[in-house]
Amino acid sequence: MEKIFRNLSLSSASLVFIILLGIFITLFLASKDAINEFGIGFITNPNWNKEVSIDATDKSSQSAQDFSLEDDFLADDEDDMILDEDDAILDEDDMLFDDSIKKTFTDYGALVPIVGTLLTTLIALIFALPIAMGIAVFLAEIAPKNIAAPISVAIELLAAIPSIIFGMWGLYYFAPIVADLVGGYQVSLLTAGLVLGIMILPFMAAITRDSMNTTPDVLKESAYAMGATKFEVIKDIIFPYSKVGIIGSIILALGRALGETMAVAFLIGSIFALPTAINSPTISIPVAMANNFGEASGLGESSLFYLALILFVISFGVISFAKLYFLKGAR
Amino acid sequence: MRLIINKIVLGLSTLSALIGLAFLGWILITLFMKGLGSFHLSLFLNDLIDGGLRNLIVGQFILAGIAATIGIPLGMAAGIYIQEYGRGKYAEVIRNLSDIMMSAPSIVIGAFVYAIIVVPTGGTSGFAGAIALAIMMLPIVISTTDNMLSLVPKELREAGIALGASKYKVIVDIVIKAAKVGIMTGILLAFARIIGETAPLLFTSETSNYFSLDLTESFPSLTVSIYDLANEPEESSRDLAWAASFILTVLVLTINLAGRFITRNKKR
Amino acid sequence: MPVMNIKDFSFTYPGVDSPSLKNINMKIRKNKITALIGPSGCGKSTLLRSMNRIHDLYPGNKYDGIIELFNTDTNEMQNILDIKKENEFIELRQKVGMIFQKPTPFPMSIFDNVAYGLKIAGIKDKSELEGRVEQALKDSVLWKEVQDRLSKSAMGLSGGQQQRLCIARAVAVKPEVILFDEPTSALDPISTGAIEELLVELKKDVSIAIVTHNMQQASRISDHTAFMYLGDLIEFDKTENIFLNPKEKQTEDYITGRFG
Repeated sequence: MEKIFRNLSLSSASLVFIILLGIFITLFLASKDAINEFGIGFITNPNWNKEVSIDATDKSSQSAQDFSLEDDFLADDEDDMILDEDDAILDEDDMLFDDSIKKTFTDYGALVPIVGTLLTTLIALIFALPIAMGIAVFLAEIAPKNIAAPISVAIELLAAIPSIIFGMWGLYYFAPIVADLVGGYQVSLLTAGLVLGIMILPFMAAITRDSMNTTPDVLKESAYAMGATKFEVIKDIIFPYSKVGIIGSIILALGRALGETMAVAFLIGSIFALPTAINSPTISIPVAMANNFGEASGLGESSLFYLALILFVISFGVISFAKLYFLKGAR
Repeated sequence: MRLIINKIVLGLSTLSALIGLAFLGWILITLFMKGLGSFHLSLFLNDLIDGGLRNLIVGQFILAGIAATIGIPLGMAAGIYIQEYGRGKYAEVIRNLSDIMMSAPSIVIGAFVYAIIVVPTGGTSGFAGAIALAIMMLPIVISTTDNMLSLVPKELREAGIALGASKYKVIVDIVIKAAKVGIMTGILLAFARIIGETAPLLFTSETSNYFSLDLTESFPSLTVSIYDLANEPEESSRDLAWAASFILTVLVLTINLAGRFITRNKKR
Repeated sequence: MPVMNIKDFSFTYPGVDSPSLKNINMKIRKNKITALIGPSGCGKSTLLRSMNRIHDLYPGNKYDGIIELFNTDTNEMQNILDIKKENEFIELRQKVGMIFQKPTPFPMSIFDNVAYGLKIAGIKDKSELEGRVEQALKDSVLWKEVQDRLSKSAMGLSGGQQQRLCIARAVAVKPEVILFDEPTSALDPISTGAIEELLVELKKDVSIAIVTHNMQQASRISDHTAFMYLGDLIEFDKTENIFLNPKEKQTEDYITGRFG
């Protein structure tokens, strides 16, 4: 019995390892076609589901430097891409066609969704960071206990609200106001980033507050006992003391934001075009997957898996960096 | 001067807390206004094909329920291994991997399940959706179990061993009992988290307009249908999406609060 | 001459009906060491923490009576329980320093730790800061041990060194009074001896109130001793009187180890 139980629990624990490894291998195998076809240049290629003549394809699969030369040519074609997206189902046929005649070719590249993912996350972070810090400071140091406790619960409950709700609210209520203020489309990099920021706000505030709360009371008291003001105690004692945990928390929130699908899906516009301004629509990796997986097949599907692999590797890297470097032993 | 800076900073901090709360309050108020506006008891009686939500709510519960049935025992067992048996590096590695897995993008997990189940079986199914949710749930349950077991005093285990109980007996009879309340709370929070998930279901279970208990077919999902409905041009679809969102949020928050309530009551 | 005069002082924690300190009357005399002794829970730490009103970090406490502090600017006694404004609190805490049970080095370098109080008091001149830090470290007999590593983190010091660093930090701002809340209870005997010697040295410049569990410590270093029990001040007198010739039965029982 003892042995069985021990082995059962050991195999369950190993399941974590197996699943993570399984995700990596599966994504790798499923994206093999796209990897063989596009190689590492996939990352810097701004095309998606785009008919290109063979000459252009050769160029685009060479190296990143070539793209700067082609920028003007690509920018002209951006408008057409919206149409291309709707033609996704036809691609399979197109490709068979392509293979036989070898004159045109459907090109896939990850640059647009990668840029979209990074920029929305950046906007979210810039927006959420100061507010989350303010909330954390307020909860940990300013508010009296009987106010901090219910607000803490409220913040934690809000972190539990499904992300799809944030997306819907963002699209119908928040984006119109932002678009009125800033101009441009309601669905854009900016509105997606801001809503993403609002979504990670409670998570970020809660874990930052937890980090700040690890500062021992005596340490704070002895600073107050020297005549320090509250701000000085926060700046000189609490932040330095919990710095490592706070940075780790921020990176963890960033990791979450990178992989967020639903809140962004409503707002980013889902257009495979590099954003020309902060208020122009584009697409992120999770949203590209969410919107195109159902219809994709062949090289298109393989390319989506390639995107998933890239996202997985990025977020795995970011999160393990936060966990292992900053949050070591913080449990 | 110092005092002025102090006042300004504290004021800014309080202001940002108010801004944050205002945003979040705005979301909730919108949700309640729009949701209650379109809310009707008949939503619980009709399926989506007849303009109701019954099949979706039942479907979402079934998906999350199966996920929990798979995820909870595996997660608990793994948590027990990490905390009680694992002494060396391996347990530490698993602990870290589990933490990383907890923050892995949910859409990637959807893609993974799509590749290993949907493609081989030839189509989306409730089963695939439930597996995706179970994978989401696993690391949360592991982390909860691990944390809660770590709070059980060492002396309790030693006392059990000193009485001649086997390690397995001590874990099952003493340690888990001592940590029961905390683990239950964690599990409820994990359940609340996965029942509101959309991304891992998009191309695993998809959704269905009809009532279904057949796990080998596309399966009705509340969250996926919200996404579909919200993107429809008709006002009536969007109203239905708001009502569904309202129900989903109330559900998630209720489970979440229930979890907190248990801890608060049993702790004293 | 008293620097602090405590008159009919009572203190009640929030959410509690009965006061934790009842009608305390005692004085902290200039350039003397005053020890507060008594069994756990007698209120000695509560009393000490009232003398710089560090209690006020947590809301809802109730003070009654008067605690006067000698104001060197006006040469008058001033009731610190009247303080309401933040700048007055800061002033009070710069005049009445505090050392805690466990050493509390701040997460910064040794130099910055000692300079911290000076910096927030508005001293910016670098050479003055360096001079005051060096003097404070010499006063707390730490200079020789740390002069080569002033820019290193204070966390690397031993427990006894950390505590002397905290004392240097308090001394640097030249307070009138320093409150010690069981400053040696977390330290080994050798470090304890060093701190005791230091306290006796320090009283030339500053008045000291110390809470201690260790009666030998009180008898070794203090000039006056207050014995407290269950929130009451039972006896307050010269240390030799308390230990050799106590007037109250309870004091005698405690001193001779019959209870507590």
